[in-house]
Amino acid sequence: MEKFVEHIGVAAPLLRINIDTDAIIPSREMKRVSKQGLGEGLFAGWRYQEPGSRDLNPEFVLNRPEYKDTSILLSGDNFGCGSSREHAVWALDEYGIRSIVAPSFGAIFYNNCIRNGLLPIVLDDSVIQDLAAQVEADPQSKKLRINLTDKVLTAPDGKTHSFDIEDSHREMLLEGLDVIGLTLRHESEINAFQARDRERRPWIYQSV
Amino acid sequence: MGKTLFEKLWDEHTVTRLDDGSDLIYIDRVFLHERTGSIALKSIEADGRKVRDESQVFCTMDHIVDTFPGRSDETLMPSGKDFIQTTRQAAKDAGINLFDLHDERQGIVHVVSPEQGIAQPGVTLVCPDSHTCTEGAVGALAWGIGSTEAEHAMVTKTLRVKKPKTMFVRYDGELGPGVTAKDMILHLIGTYGASGGSGYAIEFGGEAVRELPMEARFTLCNMAVEFAAFLGLVAPDDITFDYVKGRPYAPKGENWDKALAYWKNLRTDDDATFDAEIIIDCADISPTITWGTSPQHTAPISGVVPDPATAKDANARKAMERALEYMDVNPGTPLQSLEIDAAFIGSCTNARISDLRAAAAILKGRHVKDGVKAIVVPGSTLVKKAAEAEGLDQVFTDAGFEWRESGCSMCFFAGGEHMGFQERVVSTTNRNFESRQGPETRTHLASPIVVAASAVTGHITDPRDMMD
Repeated sequence: MEKFVEHIGVAAPLLRINIDTDAIIPSREMKRVSKQGLGEGLFAGWRYQEPGSRDLNPEFVLNRPEYKDTSILLSGDNFGCGSSREHAVWALDEYGIRSIVAPSFGAIFYNNCIRNGLLPIVLDDSVIQDLAAQVEADPQSKKLRINLTDKVLTAPDGKTHSFDIEDSHREMLLEGLDVIGLTLRHESEINAFQARDRERRPWIYQSV
Repeated sequence: MGKTLFEKLWDEHTVTRLDDGSDLIYIDRVFLHERTGSIALKSIEADGRKVRDESQVFCTMDHIVDTFPGRSDETLMPSGKDFIQTTRQAAKDAGINLFDLHDERQGIVHVVSPEQGIAQPGVTLVCPDSHTCTEGAVGALAWGIGSTEAEHAMVTKTLRVKKPKTMFVRYDGELGPGVTAKDMILHLIGTYGASGGSGYAIEFGGEAVRELPMEARFTLCNMAVEFAAFLGLVAPDDITFDYVKGRPYAPKGENWDKALAYWKNLRTDDDATFDAEIIIDCADISPTITWGTSPQHTAPISGVVPDPATAKDANARKAMERALEYMDVNPGTPLQSLEIDAAFIGSCTNARISDLRAAAAILKGRHVKDGVKAIVVPGSTLVKKAAEAEGLDQVFTDAGFEWRESGCSMCFFAGGEHMGFQERVVSTTNRNFESRQGPETRTHLASPIVVAASAVTGHITDPRDMMD
């Protein structure tokens, strides 16, 4: 997994509330049993003219030349709500998105980000509106700087915004950790728990 | 101080508290389907790892399979066959339990899991599918995860989770005629917003919940995720125990007695407190339908499309304006005046036998309006068989509905069959997102009886006018 320590990038405002994972990657764009090949389907319903087509909708923010190389999204409340499909995160990742800034996130989506090296940042809506206004003036030069070590986002005007993230999540992103490997270090505790549990709840372990 | 049911179950499944403040939670059971489970199983194999406890991992085929009679591995969805066959092979290789396409245990994962007795009181159960919260209705901790988390659960038998806050949603009083569990949950989301439950594990209770039959409780918990909750659950009681007893994976013999004794303690202590509480008077709940593109865009069926000027803030107003345009509706328009192109009964929300019975009771002796496409997709193969044994299939087909094989079907558009470009659909499903049921399809979420009544008249219709 790619580490996330510091990132400076072009930010695109997509200031809608409740952007769901069906919008991030429509089911029809999940064509193979694979985590790859999904970037093209990112926001397909908004990004392209017709369902299934690849004719770009020039109005959509990521298609506008001034937002070339966008790597940060600014969005509204409850980003990534809906379906658990991790394809949404794989699609964002493949497109080149490294961080999403929103007032809140769908819980499953949030975890999926952490597991794939993307940084979800929670900030107040008013801060996000202000960031968007600054960025819109000239997206290519008004970049955002995100430092995960210090948990700080620096706006184009130099103002800094601290954000919260659980220590475990921060560490995983900073180190690009293999979480399964980490958990397996607790294998003896898991075994002991299971042995006790077999006594306590034998019906869970009965054969059918 | 006492504990909530959620806290009891959480503590009993905590293997250890990790240094970072999250808990290592023991996962009793994992359910997979061919859409996301295939990727998780393949990934475990590619990493040279193994499923730790294959007897407690289950998989069914529901998301991509066609629902036409005589179906096979071939699907209308391009490449669907690849998902089905990859899953089948990966499930065999891993040695997990597979309820395959032509197995009578096949069906929508959240219908099958309790139907087989796999979801039972007190278990932790996860699935790479957001509607796993459905199974909380039996008093389980059940929640949706991503594919990578599913790998973690299968390989380590645990998940690392930060304990969520607790919320109690209490439904007081009695439900009026024609008001169902679907209306209870739509009313909650409509009142408190689609992110109203964010960060919470929700226990549903109160006298109206205690009165709900088991299947209605599934409907209630199913849409907890549309409220952004971590999970939803209902404390188990005699209704739950009666439901679970005798099912294939239910405890047997002496184990039944032990389990029952344990389950009877699964309730929130009288002196426990929740981090948040919502009280709803059921007298305030009408048959409810959505008018927009978020499950929070609800209105009583007798009402009108709301005016964005009434939105609580600028963001909500903008979302409402966008939804009005997408749905091609105008503020002030009576919902019952909206003509429909299609009616859909199905999904993990409302496709159990009681849902089909309720819809059939409306449809008996009536017929779907000319020009309205009407489809019913049973929630599982066993639901389908039970319905056929009662003659419900005949009621549906006599009324002009198509009678299908079980699966998720057109709850979402995966590139195959869909409800039609810009068609207006009244649907028993759970998501009215843009293009969810088809390209630019306009979805109105409602209960099975609203869908049945609307199919008959050809416009959104209050079912109370057709109830005996």
